[in-house]
This record gives sequence, structure tokens and C-alpha cells, in this order.
Amino acid sequence: MARKVTARRVWVSTAAAWLFGFLIFLPILWMVLTSFKTELEAFSMPPKFLLFHWTMENYATVQERSDYLHHALNSILIAGGSTLIAMIIAIPAAWSMAFAPTKRTKDVLLWMLSTKMMPSVGVLVPIYLIFRDFGLLDTRAGLVMILCLGNLPIVIWMLFTYFKEIPKDILEAARMDGATIGRELVYVLTPMAVPGLASTLLLNFILAWNEAFWTLNLSTLDAAPLTTFIASYSSPEGLFWAKLSAASTLAIAPIIILGWFTQRQLVRGLTFGAVK
Amino acid sequence: MKHVLSALLGAATLLGAAPSIAQTTLTIATVNNGDMIRMQALTNEFTAKNPDITVKWVTLEENVLRQRVTTDIATKGGQFDVLTIGTYEVPIWAKKNWLIPLDNLGSDYDTADLLPKIRDAVSASGKLYAAPFYGESSMVMYRTDLFQKAGLTMPENPTWDFVIDAAKKLTDKSDGVYGICLRGKAGWGENMAFLTAMSNSFGARWFDEKWQPQFDKPEWKKTLSTYVDLMKAAGPPGASSNGFNENLALFNSGKCAMWIDATVAASFVTNPKDSKVADKVGFALAPNAGLGKNANWLWAWNLAIPAGSKKTAAAEKFIAWATSKDYTKLVASKEGWANVPPGTRTSLYQNPEYLKVAPFAKLTLASIDAADPNKPSVQPVPYVGVQYAAIPEFQGIGTSVGQQFSAALAGSSTVDAALAAAQTATEREMKRAGYIK
Repeated sequence: MARKVTARRVWVSTAAAWLFGFLIFLPILWMVLTSFKTELEAFSMPPKFLLFHWTMENYATVQERSDYLHHALNSILIAGGSTLIAMIIAIPAAWSMAFAPTKRTKDVLLWMLSTKMMPSVGVLVPIYLIFRDFGLLDTRAGLVMILCLGNLPIVIWMLFTYFKEIPKDILEAARMDGATIGRELVYVLTPMAVPGLASTLLLNFILAWNEAFWTLNLSTLDAAPLTTFIASYSSPEGLFWAKLSAASTLAIAPIIILGWFTQRQLVRGLTFGAVK
Repeated sequence: MKHVLSALLGAATLLGAAPSIAQTTLTIATVNNGDMIRMQALTNEFTAKNPDITVKWVTLEENVLRQRVTTDIATKGGQFDVLTIGTYEVPIWAKKNWLIPLDNLGSDYDTADLLPKIRDAVSASGKLYAAPFYGESSMVMYRTDLFQKAGLTMPENPTWDFVIDAAKKLTDKSDGVYGICLRGKAGWGENMAFLTAMSNSFGARWFDEKWQPQFDKPEWKKTLSTYVDLMKAAGPPGASSNGFNENLALFNSGKCAMWIDATVAASFVTNPKDSKVADKVGFALAPNAGLGKNANWLWAWNLAIPAGSKKTAAAEKFIAWATSKDYTKLVASKEGWANVPPGTRTSLYQNPEYLKVAPFAKLTLASIDAADPNKPSVQPVPYVGVQYAAIPEFQGIGTSVGQQFSAALAGSSTVDAALAAAQTATEREMKRAGYIK
């Protein structure tokens, strides 16, 4: 029996949702506000919320000193490329584990996840040497590869859990009608798993976009994405918070816009299978 | 149509006849400090004189740069042609043959004009392995108005007793003014830079001649207890998370009566654009404890060429340009004498135009001269370096000791416990590295 929802309950839960939403959003809001402050005001104690001297100076400095578009393009290509390749590998892998499991499937899944358990810096030198010998240092192809490999376990795990929610019988019915595995994947499974695929795609894209260890260590100039653009504004001797905030605001702007337009798929994907 | 074709052919011939210049692209790794950003902005002046060289910059935060450049140089990755490195790295990397000695900086470079202490810090076995771009020591910056109000006069060479006494008198917590602001954030280049320099003035040392750690000696106890007591009585709240930038912001907003830190801060605190107290700042040497050593350090950011670079000639040209006397003049003509990179050349401190706009110049030079990387403390030491020991293990050891001392300042540990933990950790690392048995 459905519980009666009173107006008061709606009001309280809405207020609570707004409050939590605001708390989660606060660091981002603070960063955006700081980007419009002068360096001295960015550090002022007590902090100033809205009543400060608003300035665009930091954005002008960032534009003057760095090639934002070059870094943004690299971020899009690296994050997009690694996500795409990861999906191409992960869909068949997750399919086989979800619909044709063997007694070793669980072990394989755990083994894949175990690769995420070691801190990245542990393999920095070997990876650096491999990249040097294959001429991959400071190339977009190299970064696409390393980010794709780094995120692959998470992508496969996510897709595996989504695929497990899809009834096997539907795929069997398609097979009875003579569909090949390829057709089954493309025409039956994929359309049914669209919300799951979309949220995996977006999450993987965000992970690749924000990845700062490999992108900082393996790129110099040509392939340097937005993470290196942000890192160039931190300073050991000199005030930098306002400029760093301006650079960070510019760096997250594309991903926020993307998230805004895909939020419906994202929410559907994340709650996929929660209600049957 | 015929005309068009012949015109195109003619143009092609002309283009083919034009002398082709082989371009060399230099990739320079640097830190995001004001002087380096200025150098970046002036690159066009260099490329205009050297049309065959293109310069590309990689600017990174100090610790990221250190990790990035160390990985590249250790694996011979060849990603950089010119590196910005500190005085800590130069002797270690020179010993490992990771750097090319700078023998060809040109006849008009005037190596003899480099400040002797700085030149020593970037040389190994008589050879220059890096060219200093800007140098710094540390000194006391204080509020002349607050001192006057309290009837105090800062001597040019103050003792710790005077500084401690003044800090307590000038603290007015109800008004949000603290007697002294010092580094507390853990890190070998953060609180340990200050505390090591302070310990030198109290006669302490990191290691004895046989590399035995010395944190169990009374000199270190005196250093750390003086520091913790002083900060508890006259320091700002949350000092254990304050580094250079946090203290700079506190001082510039009028919250500190004294601040002991890098001499490079002098130009920031006297700049009316960034500082509320720009016209009320005085300078003095870092304090001493009457043992003949002041608590000041020595540091320089330098340009060096990694071994294995295939563009040595172009890199040397750039380094010679960026660290020359002419570069200083160039910055002065574009941005004024107050903005030239300080602390590297004797001639700058004899230049009346510079002395006129930099009230801190005399003390900066005196502070640099007072620091001796080869004899940092009263007692003999086996290492080179004033606020660090130039051995590869120091970064790790310094940071772990820094964490212990930061905890003592925050109150989560005591002075004795922090010193005991520092001694144990340092002994363990030195044994592991084979310095002691």
C-alpha cells in the first residue's frame, strides 16, 4: 500500500534535498567565486562570500599565459578516445561474463579489479621506459592507451552488473530466431542496456578527463591535457588561488555542460535495476 | 590560365630560393614563480635574436616538476632541453652525471660576477653545472608601525631572545594581530627549511661527521622547544598548516608583526597592489643565538641542461641569455628595476638604480653572504646545504621529520616524542641507505 505523502513531508524532503545538493555543490561554487576575486581577497580571513571586488583579471591572465584551446582539445581527444576504445573492448567482455559464465568468471573479474589496487606511482618507471622506447611519451595515442587500460576494469565491472539485470531469455529468443552473436550484441543487448551504457560511458569519460597522475607524468606539451594546464598555476612562492580557480573553472566547464545534457541518462543508468 | 600558372611557378621558385633555417625547438621545464613567468613572457626577445630557435615552456608546480623532471632524467626520457632545478638537486645530479657542465656560456657571460655563495652552490669540482636564475636567503620582515607603537627598535642583527620577547609583546589576539608567523606545514622544503636554518643558529646539525643523526642532542631540543613555545604564545591559530603562501597572505593583510621567510617575499610585501602594509615593512637579518650563525638559508632556482640532450648548443645560448646581466637590464627596461630577478649577481647590488627601488637589497645580499652551504652550522657536518643535506635520501627523511615537528606544533605530539620519532626514522633510513651500520 502506498504511503500517503503529506505536503509537509514533501516540503521537508525538498528542503533537505536542496541543502544536500548545495553542500555537495559548495566547493565548486567556492572555486567559481574565488576565480573572480583578487589574489589577496582569495586568501582573506574571514572569507568573503559575495561582497568582494569582482574582477575578470584572472581569466585574462590565464588566457594570456596558456593556450586553453590546445589543452581542451587534447582533453576531449584523450578522454573521448580512451572511453571509446574501453567500451569497444568492455561490451563483448562483459557480455561473455554475464551470459556465458564459466566457473572461473568470478576470479577473472576479481583479478581485473586487483590491477586497480596498486598505486599508479608503483609502475611509473617501467611504464615511462616502455613509453620512451616505443616513442609514446607526450603523444595522445600513448595517453589514450594508458587511460583506457586504467579504466577498463571499472568499465567491465559496471557493464557486467548492468548486463546481469537483463533476462537471458530475451537473448535466447533472438538466438532461436537465428541471430548471430554480433547481431545479438548490437540489435538486442545494446538497445536494452542503453541507460547503463550511457552512464558507464559518461563516468569513464569523467574519470579520464580528471585523471591527473598519468597525464601529468607522461605528457609534456603536445599531448598535455587540461590537468597540466591547471597544474601550471600552483606556485610555491606567490599567491595563486584566484588564478588557479580561474584555470580550474575553465577546465571543468566542458564536463559540466556534458553532464548537464546527459543527466537524464546518467540518473536512469545509476538507478538501473534498482526497481523491478 | 597561362598567366596564373607562370605566376604560381614564379612564386614557387622564389620560395625555394629563400634560405631555409633549420629550427631547433627547446622545451624548457620551469616552476610557476613570478620571475619565471616574466622570463616566459620575454621569450620573444630571445627568439628575435636567435631566429633559428623556438622555445616551448612547460610550467609546473614545484613538487610535480621535481617528480616529472627526476623521472625523465633518470630514465633518459629526453623530454626536456633546459631544466629549472634547485640548489638541492645540482650537486646530487652533477655527481650522477645527469647534467652537462656549462662551459660554453660565452666570453661576455662574466661568471666571476655571480655571487660567490650562489656560484659555489651550483658548482661541483670547480665546474658550473647550472646557471642561477634567482637566488634567495631568508630574513625577518617586520611591521615598523607596530614596533614603533610598542616602543621597540629592531636591531639589524637581532637575537632570538629579542625576537621572542618582541613577538610576545606585539601579540594582540583580540585584534587578530600575532607577534610572529613562521612556517608549520610539513615538508622538507616547508617547515624543515625554516627549522633546519633555525637549528643551525642554535648549534644543531642533522648528522655528525659519521652520518649519525643528531635529533637526540640538546641543541635540537632547544631549537624545537623554542619554536613550539614561541608559536604557541605568539603565533597565529592553525600555524601547523601554514607555508610560505599562507604566511604571505597573513602578513599582507596585517595579521603578523614579524615574519621570517624567503628574501624573495620582500618584493611581495612591499608591493601596494598585493599588500595592505606595503609602506610599513622593515627588514632585519634572520635571528641568531649568539653562536656566530644566523638562522638564514640559501636557495637558488637554476637553469641546467640534462645529459643526453641533443640540443646543447641552443640550450646553452638560452641559459646564457636568461641568466646574463643584459637580461636583468631587459627586465628593468620593461617592468622596472624592482622586478628583476634578485640574488645572483654582484653587479646588481652595486647598481644605484636597483638600490633606490629595493629597500631590501642590502639585507638580501647580507643574508646570502651570511649563509655558507659548506659550513652551515657551528659544528662540522659531512653534508653540503644550509637548510637541507644534499643527499638523495633527504627529501624523504626531511618530509617525515617535518611531519613529526608539525605534529608537535599542532599539539598532537610533544617536543620530546617528536624528536625521538625523528631520530628513529632518520636512523632507520640512513641504515637502509648504507650511510651507517
